[in-house]
Amino acid sequence: MSLYLFQILNGVGLGMIYFLISVGLTIIFGLLNFVNFAHGAFYLIGSYLCFTIVSLTGNFWLALAIAPLIVAALAFLTERTLIKRAYHLPHTYHILITLGIALIIQELTISIWGPIGKSVSVPDALQGVFQMGHFYYPKYRLFVIIFAAVIAFALWLLLERTRFGALVRAGSEDTETVSLLGTHIHKLFSITFALGVGLAGLAGVLAAPIRGVHPFVGVEVLGIAFVVVVIGGMGSFTGALVGGLIVGLVQSLMTTIWPQGSSLMIYGAMAFVILLRPYGLFGRG
Amino acid sequence: MKLELNNVHSYYGKSHVLEGLSLEVGSGELVTLLGRNGAGKTTTLRSIMGIVKPKQGSIRFNDVELVGKETFEIARYGIALVPEHRGIFSLLSVEENLAIAVRTGSRWDIGDVYEMFPRLYERRKNGGNELSGGEQQMLAMARALVNKPELLLLDEPTEGLAPVIVDEIVRILERIREAGVSVLLVEQNLAVCERLADRHYVLEQGNIVYSGTGEDFRQQESIKDRYLAV
Ligand SMILES: Nc1ncnc2c1ncn2[C@@H]1O[C@H](COP(=O)(O)OP(=O)(O)OP(=O)(O)O)[C@@H](O)[C@H]1O
Ligand SMILES: [Mg+2]
Repeated sequence: MSLYLFQILNGVGLGMIYFLISVGLTIIFGLLNFVNFAHGAFYLIGSYLCFTIVSLTGNFWLALAIAPLIVAALAFLTERTLIKRAYHLPHTYHILITLGIALIIQELTISIWGPIGKSVSVPDALQGVFQMGHFYYPKYRLFVIIFAAVIAFALWLLLERTRFGALVRAGSEDTETVSLLGTHIHKLFSITFALGVGLAGLAGVLAAPIRGVHPFVGVEVLGIAFVVVVIGGMGSFTGALVGGLIVGLVQSLMTTIWPQGSSLMIYGAMAFVILLRPYGLFGRG
Repeated sequence: MKLELNNVHSYYGKSHVLEGLSLEVGSGELVTLLGRNGAGKTTTLRSIMGIVKPKQGSIRFNDVELVGKETFEIARYGIALVPEHRGIFSLLSVEENLAIAVRTGSRWDIGDVYEMFPRLYERRKNGGNELSGGEQQMLAMARALVNKPELLLLDEPTEGLAPVIVDEIVRILERIREAGVSVLLVEQNLAVCERLADRHYVLEQGNIVYSGTGEDFRQQESIKDRYLAV
């Protein structure tokens, strides 16, 4: 029983990290109608920045605060210089351009940090396990769940309760009318892109002490993010949350039941959702 | 306030829609732009807002050239378009639809437009997708009013609406004019136009074929027959 509880908590933690990655992808697609295949690569930068900052200063909290901001700033620059030129082009060009960016980031990562993965140690304050009766759970993993939930709630408030959020939602329906109301649409696009990509960077930081950092993880992360978004529905915050949790839980529970099949089951879950609801659980057709 | 279009040419791809159009709207004027389906009325409004980019000609607003400017910049100069399709955000509540349009210093704030359109106040928590056609039109106009307009461009505001709602919209247009905001009105309902307008333009295949004062237009039966009869 406690083994299953352990795996369920693992699944929730994993799911929250998947949520952080996917929610950015889905918001960017919703507002900018832009397919970002470099999303996993920015996660990669987040995780390597975490590694470097922790190596240099020994301070994980500094990495948690700064690395996502650096990733967001890089995303902002990429959007301003390159990506904004591609919005008017068909999606195939978005894929080509961002796949190119992803490869550049991956190769730069290898030339800076080397081709072999590295590990990041759990911060001192979160070493060890949390105990409740006979149940033990690593403190750091518990922290990830709570921290990601706080971020999810803050993001929900931002999207649902602020003017900025209303503009993002309005823009995902009709950017032309948003411009007609005098909104600086390019600024809205850049900020949203930086925000969405910064969240992937944050996910990279949070995952680093659990999974280590590895230069080829970007592709895997991108694949999972797409599965989450397809399950949850393009452009949907709730979809990213529910989709992320489904994928995290399926993956984690499968590792105890049938380890070889855990990836297969994720795609199985995706196929199942597509058959029932082609636009995803929370997507609008 | 002055809007001047001079020899404007606009295209959709290769199809030449505005063929050297010129018109003017002066301060505090309510001017209509009439013409058959497909004459180019909507395209004229979209050209002013920079949604369609004219290939030739000039559009000046308070002596600032608008051609080449972006839509949001043009909106910030004080021109608000209420589009034919109304452009209500279905995922946003009525209140949010208004809130994202508010610009400081407008003559009307959200409270004022709720007072003008009590129906919107009742529906303020409803989603944009829950509104009737008339309510959508009211919301689209209210949204333009909180956007600090000096010039309002309205594209067929009474189209498809019940007579009582048309009356309400006409009353609001009168109030807008009394407040000194200029209006360029595209409208098929001639009764509404004749009741409200200072001047009229008639557009045919991308060109102005008639312009005159309200008084003159009332006697131009042949113009109405030739260019406006269905
Ligand atoms: N997006 C578009 N692409 C190509 N052609 C268009 C487009 N929009 C309009 N047109 C064409 O341009 C011409 C002018 O259209 P416009 O919408 O300006 O007319 P209108 O006077 O507003 O007509 P209506 O009274 O039907 O609203 C028409 O011949 C129309 O078919
Ligand atoms: Mg039209």
